[in-house]
Amino acid sequence: MAETTIEEIIDDRPTGFKAVLSEFWSYFSENRGAVIGLFFFIAIVLIAIFADFIAPHAPNQQYREALLQPPFWQTGGEFRFPLGTDAIGRDMLSRLIYGSRYSLFIGCIVVSVSLIVGVILGLIAGFFRGKTDTFIMRIMDVVLAFPSLLLALVLVAILGPSLINAMIAIAIVQQPHYVRLTRAAVLSEMTKDYVTAARVIGVKTLRLMFITILPNCMAPLIVQAALSFSTAILDAAALGFLGMGAQPPTPEWGTMLAEAREFILRAWWVVTFPGIAILTTVLAINLMGDGLRDALDPKLKRS
Amino acid sequence: MFLYFLKKLGVILPTFFGVTLVAFVFIRLLPGDPVMLMAGERGMSEERHAALMTEMGFDKPVIVQYGYYLMDLARGDFGTSIITKRPVLEEFGALFPATVELSVCAMILAILFGLPAGMIAATKRGSTFDHTVMTSALTGYSMPIFWWGLLLIIFFSGILGWTPVSGRISLLYYFEPVTGFMLIDSLLSGQDGAFASALSHLILPAIVLGTIPLAVIARQTRSAMLEVLSEDYVRTARAKGLGPQRVIGLHALRNALIPVITVIGLQVGVLFAGAILTETIFSWPGIGKWMVDSIFRRDYSAVQGGLLLIAAIVMLVNLAVDLLYGLINPQIRHTDS
Repeated sequence: MAETTIEEIIDDRPTGFKAVLSEFWSYFSENRGAVIGLFFFIAIVLIAIFADFIAPHAPNQQYREALLQPPFWQTGGEFRFPLGTDAIGRDMLSRLIYGSRYSLFIGCIVVSVSLIVGVILGLIAGFFRGKTDTFIMRIMDVVLAFPSLLLALVLVAILGPSLINAMIAIAIVQQPHYVRLTRAAVLSEMTKDYVTAARVIGVKTLRLMFITILPNCMAPLIVQAALSFSTAILDAAALGFLGMGAQPPTPEWGTMLAEAREFILRAWWVVTFPGIAILTTVLAINLMGDGLRDALDPKLKRS
Repeated sequence: MFLYFLKKLGVILPTFFGVTLVAFVFIRLLPGDPVMLMAGERGMSEERHAALMTEMGFDKPVIVQYGYYLMDLARGDFGTSIITKRPVLEEFGALFPATVELSVCAMILAILFGLPAGMIAATKRGSTFDHTVMTSALTGYSMPIFWWGLLLIIFFSGILGWTPVSGRISLLYYFEPVTGFMLIDSLLSGQDGAFASALSHLILPAIVLGTIPLAVIARQTRSAMLEVLSEDYVRTARAKGLGPQRVIGLHALRNALIPVITVIGLQVGVLFAGAILTETIFSWPGIGKWMVDSIFRRDYSAVQGGLLLIAAIVMLVNLAVDLLYGLINPQIRHTDS
């Protein structure tokens, strides 16, 4: 008898990670664009992972008998090269497929580096305040004073043009946004009772910073991560286009555009397709980012 | 207000010194020393190298060198181009109007289309128009503008043959620069067709450079407008029986414009970054192309000077926006942060 009463008052709503996830999904899936973006992004990830199996040719294989061949639906095109070939007879489709690896790789590395370093600096600034705070934030102000692409260009000029250096430069340029967001979130969390309570219990500083406070600052950081993922891809493509990013013959989309520039009036396909690849990838991530913001922003969240 | 100004200045001055430090350090972080950089691939003898190092003060302690650098800056000496041997400030000044002209036109386009689009989208929330505007805005925001420029060249210059591919004006026209702005100078010159030629050269780069600001302004206007439209005073205005045009045009728009103005001000940095790509694609002889060319020519003192000047301009404009913002919105002035 007693047992049944106990069972009745047990709250059987799911808790923990799964519940958070399902709540998140219910908000996220309300935004149709965000769901489309997510599926598109998953598709790109799958293409990048299975590039070896999907791509009809090797990305750098040159077919000397088929230079600047148009896509299959135009006269002179053939199914062997569905999206045509470039100036030295490489298959466009295969290069685009392999290019997705570079873009996702750039996005992942740039976001993780700038996120990790930015969060640590932001936590330190927000937690310790005073001179440390001022010092860190002034440095961030200096970085923000330069137009991002210009600073990235100059950093690459110092480091030497290569994909890795372009990624380092972009990570440095994006860094301040994470620091600012983390610091602002930490400052608002620090005034809350649970932090005072944790302090009173005697929680150690590091634990307080990373385990007590940080998880509650994650929402804006996740949104920023999605947005800077797309910015990283755009900036890396821009650097590649200017000859300061990935170097030929790497099938990076921006670099492909740079190589294609001289043929724009003769062979539209060598210019059009890499751009579409960049645009759709960035658009998909931005759609996702908008959905994430709507789902995670407590201000807009209806209870 | 004055206190607010001082506070802003207190933030901006250390930042400016930070920026000079970055520009100063930049040239010293490059592989090889500055004199070897200037010598280029020809190289030079040991004695000449040592003599030049002493002559230019590179044998002094770094902190002393930084002091000299700051003193040069205070005298308006931003260095001398290694390639052209002309003062960097002079080169910058000669090319700057071209970038300003392009940026202003891009911004006018962006505001002209972005503001009404965002406003109408907000008042017709959920409509087909709203969805179309928001989808195009996000597409514009995601656009690799260097590719967008190439597409426009293919279509308008290649297929239709309407616009020229590069430069600021047709070589047929020549006149002395008066203002440095080609649109105005071509009108002043009184030559037939000069203005049309300048305009046709300007239109594609302006569209390309304006795309991202346009998208940002449209999105920001829409969200600011939506927020304002749900405020009590808008309901009161409606309840008073004011027509929708008066409510939206007068009561709502005024308040919605405040965040939009900030966003417009913050686009200066975006415009400079965009100008680097746009000017490169359209061979537009402005600051962006000059910076890229200088990097490729290894004209590092030009890069150093340009970096500092651009950052200083961005900071000044942002300061102006901050002050303007404080002027419109007293709440901002009086919060300490």
